[in-house]
Formats: sequence, C-alpha cells, structure tokens
Amino acid sequence: MSETRLVQGNEACARGALAAGCRFYAGYPITPSSEIAEHMVRFLPGVDGVFVQMEDEIASLAAVIGASLAGSKAMTATSGPGFSLMQEHIGFATMAEVPCVVVDVMRGGPSTGLPTSPSQGDVMQARWGTHGDHPAIVLAPSSVGEVFDLTIRAFNLAERFRTPVILIYDEIIGHTRESVVLSESVEVESRLSPNGDPATFWPKLAPDDDVPPLPAFGDGYRFHVTGLTHDERGFPTTDSDEAGALITRIHRKVEVHREEISEVETFMLDDADIAIFAYGIVGRSAREAVQRARSAGVKAGLIRPVTLWPFPYASVAEVASQVDTLIVSEMNLGQLIGEVERAAAGRAEIVGHLRADGEPITPTELLDVAMSGGGSRP
Amino acid sequence: MTDVKSYLRDWTMPHVLCPGCAHGIVLRAFLEAVDQLSLDRDKLAMVAGIGCSSRLVGYVDFCTLHGTHGRAPAFATGLKLARPELDVVVVTGDGDGLAIGGNHLIHAARRNIDITVLLLNNSIYGMTGGQAAPTTPEGAVASTTPAGNTEPSFDACKLLIGAGASYVARVLAATPIEMTKVMADGMSHRGFSFIEVISDCPEYYGRYNNVGGGAEMLTWLARRDAGVAGPLSNKSFVNHVPSSATPAGMMTGVLQREVRPVFAGVRRIEPDES
Repeated sequence: MSETRLVQGNEACARGALAAGCRFYAGYPITPSSEIAEHMVRFLPGVDGVFVQMEDEIASLAAVIGASLAGSKAMTATSGPGFSLMQEHIGFATMAEVPCVVVDVMRGGPSTGLPTSPSQGDVMQARWGTHGDHPAIVLAPSSVGEVFDLTIRAFNLAERFRTPVILIYDEIIGHTRESVVLSESVEVESRLSPNGDPATFWPKLAPDDDVPPLPAFGDGYRFHVTGLTHDERGFPTTDSDEAGALITRIHRKVEVHREEISEVETFMLDDADIAIFAYGIVGRSAREAVQRARSAGVKAGLIRPVTLWPFPYASVAEVASQVDTLIVSEMNLGQLIGEVERAAAGRAEIVGHLRADGEPITPTELLDVAMSGGGSRP
Repeated sequence: MTDVKSYLRDWTMPHVLCPGCAHGIVLRAFLEAVDQLSLDRDKLAMVAGIGCSSRLVGYVDFCTLHGTHGRAPAFATGLKLARPELDVVVVTGDGDGLAIGGNHLIHAARRNIDITVLLLNNSIYGMTGGQAAPTTPEGAVASTTPAGNTEPSFDACKLLIGAGASYVARVLAATPIEMTKVMADGMSHRGFSFIEVISDCPEYYGRYNNVGGGAEMLTWLARRDAGVAGPLSNKSFVNHVPSSATPAGMMTGVLQREVRPVFAGVRRIEPDES
C-alpha cells in the first residue's frame, strides 16, 4: 500500500521515521527543524510511541539513547546550534554502539547565524563534530521524497551497524512541499538480538561482521554500557590491546561495508567532459544546469553523493579520470571540495562554486559556471 | 536476606574508590534497600554520569548505563519512558548532578518522572583531583580554591524541592541503617524521588581541610548529626548542626513527600481533537 500526498520535507521525515518503526522522539524546538517534532507528537501516541520535549538538545539525544537501550527505535532532530550541542552524545552513541537517528536541518551559521536560511555548512561537523576518532554515516536527501526514503534508510543503517546515523538536509528541503509517494510497506531492519544464555552474554563480543548483538534493558540480559573505552565484556579498560581492538572494530564495521552504505547518483556522465559534484538541494539545481548545458551543446554531467559519509572517494576518482573539469558546488565556503580534491588527486581540474550567504545556488548560476568552465571559489 | 555481595559483579573488582571513601557504604545500603524491596534485578536499570559516585554502577549486576557528565537524568528519562516497567535509579555526584547536570536534574524533577536519583555529595570533585564543586562550603579549601572558596554553595534538597521533586530526602553515609530505610522509601515513592547522601572525600576534602581520614570524617559527621530522629515521618527532620564539612543549616530526613501526577510522555490525541 502506498499513498501520494503533498507534504513538507520535515513532515516527510516524521512520516519516514514512523514507517521505519521509530517509536520514540525527544527534541528541543529550533528553526528550521521544529515541524519534525510537531509531526512526531501527533503521530507517535497513535502507535503507542513516546514523544518528549526535553530541556535542551544534549538531553534530547541522551533520552534517545536511553530509549534505544530500552529497545525502541529512536530519533531526534535539530539544526546548527542544537547540532553543536548534540556532538557530545553522537560520540557517546558511537562509542557505546547505540543505534539512533539524528536529523540536522541546516541553516546559516556559525552560531545563531541565519535561522531561516538554507546552508550546507554542517557537512564537516557531521563527519568530525564529536571528539576522538570515530566512523560516521551521513545521508543527504535532495528532495522531499528522498527525505522520506532516506529517513527509513537512516534507521535501517543505524540498526544494522549499531551506530548513530545522521540525516542532513537544508532549510529549503525542510520547508518545501512536494508530492510524495508514501509507501506503507517499506523494508525495515532491526538490530541483532542475542539468543544465547544471558549468563554468558558479553555485549561487545562481535561476530564476523563486527556488529555485536544488542539486547534491550529489561530483557534479562544484565549488561554494562559505557562511553569509556571498554573490553569485550563492556567494562572499562586502559589496556592498549583492548583499546586498539575496540577503536579499530567500530571503524572497520563501517569501512568494510562502505559499498553497502554508499549511494551515489550519476546523471549524464557517460560522455561528459565537465561534471558537477553537488549534493542536497544544490544537487537539484545542478541536475537542471546539466540539462540546460546539454541543450546548449556542452557535454555536462552530474555526480551527487546521497551518502556523504563514508565519502565516495572511488566514485569521485572515477569521474575525475573521465572529465576535464569537476565543478564542486556547495552552500558553504568549501567543505566537501577538499574531499573531492583528495579523491581526484590531480586527475581533473577542480573548480569550486560556493556560497554561504543564505541564498540557494540556482541552476542559472551553475549553468554559467559550466558554460564558462570556471568557478568562483572565494 | 540475600548476601549483598551477590548483587556485585565480582570480576570488576578491585574498584576505583579510595580508602576511607564512604561511597562503598552508600552502595551497600542501596543494595540492602533493593533486597528489602525484592526488586527484580533484570528490571532494575541504574544510570550514572561521570565522577567517583557514578562509577558505582559498573560494579552492580543490573542493567547499567554509565553515560556522560551530568546527563544521567536525561538518559534515565528516555529509558523510563520507553520501558516503564523498569525501575530506574540514577547515581550522581554533587559536581555531576548540580553543576554540569543541574539543568537535567531540575527538569526531571519538574516532570515528576518515576525515577529515583541518589546524589552522593562529598563537597568536592574527587575524580579529577579535588577541585571546588557547587557544594563546597564557603571558605573550604580545594585545588581550585587554595585560599578558601569564595562562592556560596547549593543546598541540593532545597533546589530540588523548588524544582518540584515530589520526594526529597537527605541522609548521612555515616548512618547506613537510616540510609537503607530512606532509599527503600524513596524507591517506593511513585514519582520523582531525590535522595542526597552526605558522603566524604578524605583523599581531597579531608586532606585539604585537615578534617582527618575516612573514619574521622564519618564519625565526625555522625556525631554532628546525632539528633536525627524518625527520618521517615513526613516533615520530621532536625537541623543539621552547621560544620565546615556541610553547608550551614542543612537538614536531614525526608524533607518533601507529595502525591502528584507522574509523567509518562505525551498523551494520545484522538483524531477529532487534532
């Protein structure tokens, strides 16, 4: 069964969460993400879920982690300033391997910045915002429909890999209304539960694919969860072998499944001489620019990472070896362009078209850049 | 009665606490309360933050969550709302619960969520080496107040009563039998219960302020509070004699007990209401 509805991006996120099995939401009001909370509070009680408005974003993600350990699929949503506050618990959830979904609807920053304007200024924070070495899974939808689909995917990846997953999109996608197919029968994944004797269960003893099973508090498995470096039993350790094994495993469980996690959209790349690298809302402007450039006789193409992290180095390298010029356009002063340069490694000329003034990047702008083969990196 | 040792994860020993620290006495009193109430250990979740007192949860054979500094009440809120059949107990300290986590603590109290918070107050930051806490009395020496603390301190119980906690009590680590009674009483209370335990830190507070080692500090605390009687009868508390180890005017016993609606998340909105 599926239904087509005219919905706002933030509503699509709430509906996607519900379809994915989310039964707990904790959040704190902030523009431009508040509509997610306002929809969750209406949806959740009807499916015996729980909504709670917490005292701040730190507490919101803490409550989400608590709920996840109690066995619920759980989510919070915020925007820049709140995302900064959530970094503490993104680190905790990564270290303690607690599945959860964090949505960041990007607005202009730094600090309070431009609360009602779009930006893509948090894509590096989504990767490196919390301290210490850690893996990251970050998904970036470029349409309202994709918000619905990727919210579901975010839950599935969080459950599959026992890690926080970040869904990141900008204010335009959050507030745009589009006609969306809301499927009711979606593929839903749930965390692996242990099936052995609780007396011999150790929470961090990982099977071959590095993702340990996770029982819920109250299921009869009495175990310890900590943000301290811990051994396979889950208890604090300072032993360098055990510390090394833990940090390596939590990276490896994401790295070796890079193919499974990574999603990249390409458009008209087959014979392209010039390609645009863009994601989120800019990906849509870029797609339109590519079509217009083609009409004008320029062989342009698009590469749009849907998964921002792990970064699709191999896909970008492949495009770079094919085209002469790779235009990187993002609504910040140059964040993922550095990764594109790393991936391209000199195989193509990298040109940035960047802006961070609260205005979206338009197809016309990108067409001009593509037609002139040059950019405007500040 | 069960041997309280059976509630401990023996393989986690030795523990991190210093000789003379009363936190172990507090833990024993708590385990006796758990035993008296015949709580199901599979359904008992303990949540802690960061600090000496917070490390206690690693040693007990329940479902235990050692979270981040000050945030234990927020983790506990999610846990309790998502799985109401769990008995949820937060263990925190004075720095964890009243400084970095003060906001989470007062909001959990305001909501009247059905959890119990044990705040072990040793008047100092022990784990990080004896820095001044929001509970360090004025004039007391700490590593960050070498000339004596110039800030007034919090009265945790008054703060929690002001925040709306429906059960508030203060007990001394020096009186373990009272401690067990109050903890059992607090955990049986329906709603948010807050129990401040006056503990000690001989290693830092004791040395910096020349008030002796663990035994001396506890004996002295007990003597100072010899007047405590009937802590379980509502409002029957006595003034705690002011001393350099506890803020002036501190009272022990059950200081607040009221019945009010327990928070369980947002209620269902029927379709015709929306």
